[in-house]
Amino acid sequence: MSPAFSEALADLPELARAHLLVSGAAVLIGVALGLPLAILSARHRLVRTPVLGLAGLIQTVPALALLALFYPALLILGSATGLAIPALGFLPALVALSLYALLPIVRNGVAALQGVDPAVLEAADGIGMTAGQRLLLVELPLGAPVILAGVRTAAVWTIGAATLATTVGQPSLGNLIFSGLQTENWVRVLVGCAAAAALALIVDGLLALVESGLKRRQRWRIVAGLGALAAALALAFAPMPGAAAGGETVVIGAKNFSEQYILASAIEHRLQAAGYRTERRDNLGSTVAYQALAAGDIDVYVDYGGTLWANILQRTDNPPPEAMRAELTRQLRARDHVLVLGALGFENAYALAMRRDRAEALGVRTLDDLTRTAPRLQFGADLEFLSRPEWRSVQSAYRLNFAGQRSYSPTFLYRAVTDGSADLITAFSSDGRIAALDLVTLADPRRALPSYDALLLVSPRRAGDARFTGALRPLVGAIPVERMRQANLMVDRDADKRTPEEAARWLDPDGR
Amino acid sequence: MFSDRRTPSPNPSPLGRGAGRRALMPSEPPFLEIEALTKRHGARAALDNLSLSVLAGRFVALVGPSGSGKTTLLKSINRLVEPDEGTIRIDGRDVREVPAPELRHGIGYVIQSIGLFPHMNIAENIDIVPRLTGSRESRAAELLELVALPAEMAGRYPRELSGGQQQRVGVARALAARPRLMLMDEPFGALDPVTRDTLGRAYRDLHERLGLTTLMVTHDVAEALLLADRIVVLIDGRIRADGAPAEIVADDDPEVRAMIDVPRRQAERLAAL
Repeated sequence: MSPAFSEALADLPELARAHLLVSGAAVLIGVALGLPLAILSARHRLVRTPVLGLAGLIQTVPALALLALFYPALLILGSATGLAIPALGFLPALVALSLYALLPIVRNGVAALQGVDPAVLEAADGIGMTAGQRLLLVELPLGAPVILAGVRTAAVWTIGAATLATTVGQPSLGNLIFSGLQTENWVRVLVGCAAAAALALIVDGLLALVESGLKRRQRWRIVAGLGALAAALALAFAPMPGAAAGGETVVIGAKNFSEQYILASAIEHRLQAAGYRTERRDNLGSTVAYQALAAGDIDVYVDYGGTLWANILQRTDNPPPEAMRAELTRQLRARDHVLVLGALGFENAYALAMRRDRAEALGVRTLDDLTRTAPRLQFGADLEFLSRPEWRSVQSAYRLNFAGQRSYSPTFLYRAVTDGSADLITAFSSDGRIAALDLVTLADPRRALPSYDALLLVSPRRAGDARFTGALRPLVGAIPVERMRQANLMVDRDADKRTPEEAARWLDPDGR
Repeated sequence: MFSDRRTPSPNPSPLGRGAGRRALMPSEPPFLEIEALTKRHGARAALDNLSLSVLAGRFVALVGPSGSGKTTLLKSINRLVEPDEGTIRIDGRDVREVPAPELRHGIGYVIQSIGLFPHMNIAENIDIVPRLTGSRESRAAELLELVALPAEMAGRYPRELSGGQQQRVGVARALAARPRLMLMDEPFGALDPVTRDTLGRAYRDLHERLGLTTLMVTHDVAEALLLADRIVVLIDGRIRADGAPAEIVADDDPEVRAMIDVPRRQAERLAAL
């Protein structure tokens, strides 16, 4: 068995459990909320139109965006009510997925109740059933197969969409897919996809058993289907054995690329060595990660000077690295009580990179040279670059007008430049693939791109915890850019791939 | 035989005794009393200031063209329709005094589309009625016998029964709460003529044996004439004619005559074959 496969399998049970837990709870809430709404909607047109409209509207929002929206929504709600509402992890995922489950349940519920033969309803009223008796004895039993078909749809959608819960810090089978995609570990992606699909099929099959039992009035089918589902949920709700052991739990965040996974693993090793129990929140969006840290949802992560400078402090000027670091340390502490523990020693700066042969053929060595050639070039950017202030700064400094520009996920960005679909891409200075693929980065004579020192950030809660900061301090200044590039390449390359975990041990062998 | 109304019928049907218009005996208070009932659908009145009294034990047929208000009148009695004005009393008690479900427990209701519960077997369809009032009593066997269905029907589902059998179950279900009043809306209208005739006579027999008071809506005038003690002709939400079958066939109102003429001409043509 390949190490990638066995590692993916080792992660599978806990992720499947978390996945089942969040999607199961979401479907249960969807039913608990959707069924009464369906009953009200079937009775009153005034309720039906807005309820079905709203549920349909929610469904048109991409699941990824819906999940992402609940992070700031819950943050605002938390600060408005003064309650400690966790904005990251289980709660936002649960709320978003529950809403997502609502539409098929409400829509089928309404159709089921409206589809009951009017003669049967007249007879029910005629023999003196109260509205409640009519609902329980006639409408729900007769509508049950259609209602259940809606629950099945909701369950399959929710289990699929729950893979995206990873992006708001709720562990799910999506962890395997996202991390596998970022590190080009296709075995991991496949294991994640197959597990999510299998889970959806099993749940759908069990619900189909219940549905056929309702149709054929065979009690054993209903009991067997519901029993198996209840047992699976009970298993998911039960705490994992050994989870209670160990010391204090700290949460390590990571954004969605290889370097972040490696650094998070290195941090994890250091903290475990210091006696902490650790949890990971991987694949966080760029601003979500910082807000999560400030709110205490995560305790530590690595971010980059220029990113914080532009996105968090909303600054557009471009001071030299030392001045920026000092200013960030001062401002983040004053603003959010976030501790900038120190710089790791390398920069992961935005750079524009081209294939060496292409750059030489065009005679391009700096961004200044690009100004005249840009109209003939295809530009490939990562998913966030084109909406970032750095891009506006580069554009105003160099007046770049490309023939075309497209966004790629980081993995496919390098594919695009090697196969020629893009002439020029955004790259990161610490990326091992720059050397491995023989790319050149273009110089920035006008200093439009800010410094991107890798900084170790600690949450307000842990800022004063000397044992915590003491455990991480050895990482400060310990990672030169060559080593980071090498570690990144170990994970990103196609042959002899290593996991981020292995790369972290190579990068920081003293970790444990 | 279907002659001028002014020739008094020498020998009025014994069933029609006392059921004629304003022919109530002062000693016997009416079982069902409807007073000045009005129900409007927009500008049109489905029932227009209608009054009607029925003595206990009578079998009254409500006939009239579509839209004449027959069904609205019937449904007002068990409050499936709430009239705009007027009062209805059953055995001296205003129907609005009790909650509608409770009122309906004491009134049998049979409709053309039958409305058996498809997810319940025949016994469950019948026993649902006592269950609604919290009784555990099962009358299915007894009632199946009463409507002349074999006992082994109890475990079958409605879809396995013929239309006539289903409506027998419909009648059995209506009788399950031991009602004194039966409201029937075109109960046999969807059945084939032979089944329809059989069921009609069987029900008339039950009506006698159980001492029921029955109001039956039908637009089959022949059925009404043959089954009922008293016929009430509704046109445009008002009573146009009211009397024993023999009196109705003698009515000289042109619209009533037109209705009555249909079965009479059919009978004459049949006789001429």
